[in-house]
Amino acid sequence: MAATTLPATAGHARRQARRSLGIVPTAVLVLGAIYTLFPVSWVVVAATKSKAELFSTSTFAPGTGLLSNLSDLFAYRDGVFWLWLLNTVLYAGGGAVLSTAVSTISGYALAKYSFPGRGLIFNLLIGGILVPSVVLAIPQYLLFSKVGLADTYWSVLLPQILHPYSIYLARIYAQAAIPDSLLEAGRLDGAGEWRLFRRVALPMLTPGMVTIFLFQFVAIWNNFLLPFIMLGDDHRFPLTVGLYTLLAAGANQPSLYNLIITGTMLSLIPLIALFLTMQRYWRTDLSSGAVKSR
Amino acid sequence: MTHRKKGARAHRAGAVPYMFLAPAMALFALFLALPIGYTVYLSLRRTRVSGLGLGRGARKEIFVGLDNYAAAVGDGELWAGWLRVLGYGALVLVVMLGLALLFALMLDAAKVRLARFTRISIFLPYAVPGVAATLMWGFLYLPSLSPFGDRPFLSADLVTFSMANVAVWGGTGFNMLVLYTALRAVPRDYYEAARIDGASEVQIALRIKIPILTPAIILTTVFSVIATVQVFTEPTTLRPLTNTISSTWSPLMKVYRDAFVTGDLYAAAATSMVIAAISLVLSFGFLRVVKNRAFGEG
Repeated sequence: MAATTLPATAGHARRQARRSLGIVPTAVLVLGAIYTLFPVSWVVVAATKSKAELFSTSTFAPGTGLLSNLSDLFAYRDGVFWLWLLNTVLYAGGGAVLSTAVSTISGYALAKYSFPGRGLIFNLLIGGILVPSVVLAIPQYLLFSKVGLADTYWSVLLPQILHPYSIYLARIYAQAAIPDSLLEAGRLDGAGEWRLFRRVALPMLTPGMVTIFLFQFVAIWNNFLLPFIMLGDDHRFPLTVGLYTLLAAGANQPSLYNLIITGTMLSLIPLIALFLTMQRYWRTDLSSGAVKSR
Repeated sequence: MTHRKKGARAHRAGAVPYMFLAPAMALFALFLALPIGYTVYLSLRRTRVSGLGLGRGARKEIFVGLDNYAAAVGDGELWAGWLRVLGYGALVLVVMLGLALLFALMLDAAKVRLARFTRISIFLPYAVPGVAATLMWGFLYLPSLSPFGDRPFLSADLVTFSMANVAVWGGTGFNMLVLYTALRAVPRDYYEAARIDGASEVQIALRIKIPILTPAIILTTVFSVIATVQVFTEPTTLRPLTNTISSTWSPLMKVYRDAFVTGDLYAAAATSMVIAAISLVLSFGFLRVVKNRAFGEG
């Protein structure tokens, strides 16, 4: 925030009042940050503790068991944890790429063409936001079973491609980022509509697409209900369902707690890394038409 | 939209926009419209077992009208679930959105230190899967591991609060970011004018910023209501750690049990339609109330 230049008469007192107020917001935000970082830091510390240390040493005292915890986890059921991680990357990466592609071209069509039924199609697609996921997941499972696709990668991948909110974002972004005159000029030069989309629109839409990709990637990575319903074979599980089954198996055996804690800690690393490196693309509002670094 | 070139553009484009929209519409038909239609269809049917239910043709699917809905509406277990979720949801909504608003206002305050660090930290749980968040807190709630001593966080009395805490922890950051983004879009001179008039920062927050934020607050509330009505991940993940969460704790858990444990797809279909209807009524009802209050019109 730039220093605001107050009129000299506004005086010392008010400036002082504002400085003292600066303590309140900072204190509130620091308390919030402590609250959010608390369980994450706990799980990082707890993952270093051996089985005995977990229940005996004080909460935030680092232990000596990290390596044995990791090797135990990777040995669990012939290294199924790696498979869960790989599956998650596949579901989230593949799903987010496809979702971004579909959302972008749909948003572009809705923003840059006028055609009969545009309002209807937009409302239909957006209305999907309001449909509770459970109303979909169970019949989707039944329908996938009918065509023999339940408990396959497809059953988790395909239902997560259509994402109403991403289409909405893509439309807003295309509206703001692509001037009509540019498309008109291209048309006068004889470019086809597909070529216009590929060569003119797509480069201008890229920053918005990164944002859509990230949101969708996280949504699929974090999804539990759909894979929980669709999948039976734990070789196809994503991390969320895998960790749940680990807990369901180990809740009554404190000797498995180390495994679950270490697995939880590892499952946080990829997303937090993505999250921190892609800071400037995390935006909830794309209407300004450009992703600025703050 | 410009009216000038509309006709020309539409003419020239022809079938192109429909082709661009074809993938989305195909996905919509296959993974949204078809499953919803199928749920409606199932919710109106039931298997009738004749004789001992053995042999070919002993089990027949028949049309039963609204019987499954009547059963769902008259189901005491389901109502108990609604009550639990209502208490849990009210708690989550008030605390989560209250904190999100507080943090957004503090981030936007005239003078604040560590804004970047705290903003990223508070948003961080967004990158943590609900299952992982529940596991972390779940272990922290266990008396054998908890740094808070022997408090029975997972007892019948406290389990709702403990679960709400997981949801608040996971959801505050995202809502804070939505509200903060909306605040950043407001021209700074708005506040400067008020300051020159002698308004305090608190007055600016209450009289200017919160009214400006109203549409964003409405949006985040509606999304949060929809998410809360469908709560499933947290209670399901917490269940192995305590015996105070039944397999029908939330309505959605009951749907899951009916469909996959009891094997009564028809009841599950009817119940999920009821859940859908209730979340639609709640979100539209809320929108209506708020619209009347905020804008004085229907």
